[in-house]
This record gives sequence, structure tokens and C-alpha cells, in this order.
Amino acid sequence: MTFVQKTHLHYQLLALTGEVDLHNSPQVRKQLLAIVESGNSVIVDFSSLSYIDSSGIATLVETYNLAKNKQLSLTIVGARGAPLQVLELTNLNKVFPMKDSLDEIKA
Amino acid sequence: MTSSNKSIIDVNNLVTHYGERKILKNLNFSVEKGEIRVIMGGSGSGKSTLLNHMLALLTPTSGSIVIDGVDVVNANRKTLLKLRQKMGVAFQGGALFSSMTVGENIKLPLQHHTELDEHTIDIMTRLKLELMNLAGFEDLMPSELSGGMLKRAGLARAVIMDPKLLFFDEPSAGLDPVTAVELDELILKLRDAMNMTIIVVTHELESAFKIADKITVLFDGEIVITGTVDEIKSSKDIRIQNMINRRARDEHLDAEQYIKRLTTGKN
Repeated sequence: MTFVQKTHLHYQLLALTGEVDLHNSPQVRKQLLAIVESGNSVIVDFSSLSYIDSSGIATLVETYNLAKNKQLSLTIVGARGAPLQVLELTNLNKVFPMKDSLDEIKA
Repeated sequence: MTSSNKSIIDVNNLVTHYGERKILKNLNFSVEKGEIRVIMGGSGSGKSTLLNHMLALLTPTSGSIVIDGVDVVNANRKTLLKLRQKMGVAFQGGALFSSMTVGENIKLPLQHHTELDEHTIDIMTRLKLELMNLAGFEDLMPSELSGGMLKRAGLARAVIMDPKLLFFDEPSAGLDPVTAVELDELILKLRDAMNMTIIVVTHELESAFKIADKITVLFDGEIVITGTVDEIKSSKDIRIQNMINRRARDEHLDAEQYIKRLTTGKN
């Protein structure tokens, strides 16, 4: 798993590549919480993500909740395949704002 | 039997005994990644013994069991431990620790085997409780749950580490029909969303037909057939037909052996 952080409009975008699992989800957690703690809304780009386990999903839940408490947001972009199925299995696709592509996110 | 790259379990020429009694008689089969394989058979057919061998809890007389590339019969403790972290097991009665709450039981593997933050562990535990329809029960003790709830809590613990391979012993035994159907649906969802390979040991025909990609039927320690649901249904084997039509088996009686068993206690 690798990730790249960049600025997109007024959001911080974290693009995940590969597989998020028990071993690397703490890194993702650290990065996501830091983005929100510093007062930014976050977009998590799933386009190149092939797998995410429950520790990764738990990290998204924690980040979403922190963002909400700070009147910020967490948006998922480009989820498909297995990662989308995990979001559906846990019903979080009905909680997190989900967008097909970055084009759908307006300033 | 040749193993393919796609298989996650390869059982070759497996022979086991309890004392002098031969339990499994030269079993050969493979399970592919992402498959739901049901192992069926009546009481005493050897299915629980086979399960215990696949979990490397028993040592066979001869033959090999290779799981995810690991020869479990000859593997050392460290290799087995690593393999077991990729495997989840849901035992018949749930097998929860009675002195811990449901939540503590479910998160136990994460606390032992990972260095995840406690917040992450708590959310993961609640996600699994939600999935098993047990939201809000995390602070109860196992003794306060019904049989069906215990079974679901046991399943929650079995999948807490998102295992690649899930073994499930008698999922629907003792459950009411509605709960049993819900559990079957959950097994299908877990496979699809988590890419799990799932081995279900059961004697419940209805459940097997609903969830199985393939069914392996054991009878007196031998594999009668491994096939798809349709292949099982159209099998001409009288033992399979009896199983499907729920007929008592009419065993051939070997008079000489029968008298020997009665007089000497030996087969």
C-alpha cells in the first residue's frame, strides 16, 4: 500500500493504492487524523485501491466522526470492486458521501 | 491429486486413526480460493475429525494437508501460528470465554496479534457486531445470550481479523429456521465482500444447497462425492440419494464381523 497526499480545491486528498490491511492501516489512520486535526476536509481516493480490510474501514469511521465534530467532511471517491463491497456490507456507503470521480466534487 | 495455483487447501491421501480405529480413509480433495466448500456427512462420518486435521489440531497417521502453501502436518510452531492468523474458526457453540463480555471476547484476537490503536479495535469490534446483528450486546456476558446469538458472536470473533480462510462448524445447528437463513446469507456476503474462502462443516442439507459452490460428502471416513449442488442432486449413489431423501441407511451386515465385534470388541 502507498498513499499520496495533495490539495484539491479546498480539500486535502489522500489517494490510496494497493491494499489497506492490519499492518499498514495505522499509517493511513495517522495521516487522515492529522489532516482533519489541522482543520481540513478530506477526500479519500479509492480509484487505485484493490482491497481494504476492517481496520481500514474502522479508520475511515473514526476520521469521518472527527471531521463531523469539527464541521468538516470526509468524502470517498472512486470506490469499486471489493472495497465498494466492504462499504456496502457495513452499510457505510449510506453514511459516507460517495462520489464516482473527482469531477463531481465542486469547490 | 495435483494441486493448482488456485487452490488454498490441498488434502492428499489423508489417513487418520483414533486408537486402532481408522477414521479417515485416504481422503483427497482441493478447495479453491474464494470458494464456499461444504463438507457434509452424518454423525460419525469423520467430518469433525477432518476439520480438526485442517486446523492442525490433530496429527494424521499419513498423508498431507497443505493450506495456503504451508504443509500443516510438518510445519513448525511459528509457521503454524502465522498461518492461523490468516484463519478464522467459528466453533459449534460459539466457544466464547464465559468470564469476558461479548465485546472483550470478539476483540481478543486483535489485542493479541496486532498493534492497532484501541479506538480502531473498538470500532472494528462494533462493525462486526453490527454485521452479526448483535449491535448493543457488546457489554453482555455470553451467559446472557441465546444459542443463536452465541453462534453469531462466535462468528464475529472468527472474522475479526478478516481471515483469508474461515472454518465454520455446524452454522445452523440448533437455530430457528429464520436465523439459520440469515446466517447463510451472511456467509455468502462475507465471501463476496471479504474475498474469503469458507469451509462449512454441516449436516444441514438445505443450508448446504444454498451456500455451497461445491459439496464434499463423507460417509464412514471416505469421500463419496465432491461436486456442485446439481451434481450432488443428480448423483445416482444410493448413499447420496438416501441423504437427500432423508432415508435411514440400510447397511449391509457382515455377520462374521458383527459377531467378532460383539464377542471381542474389535473390528
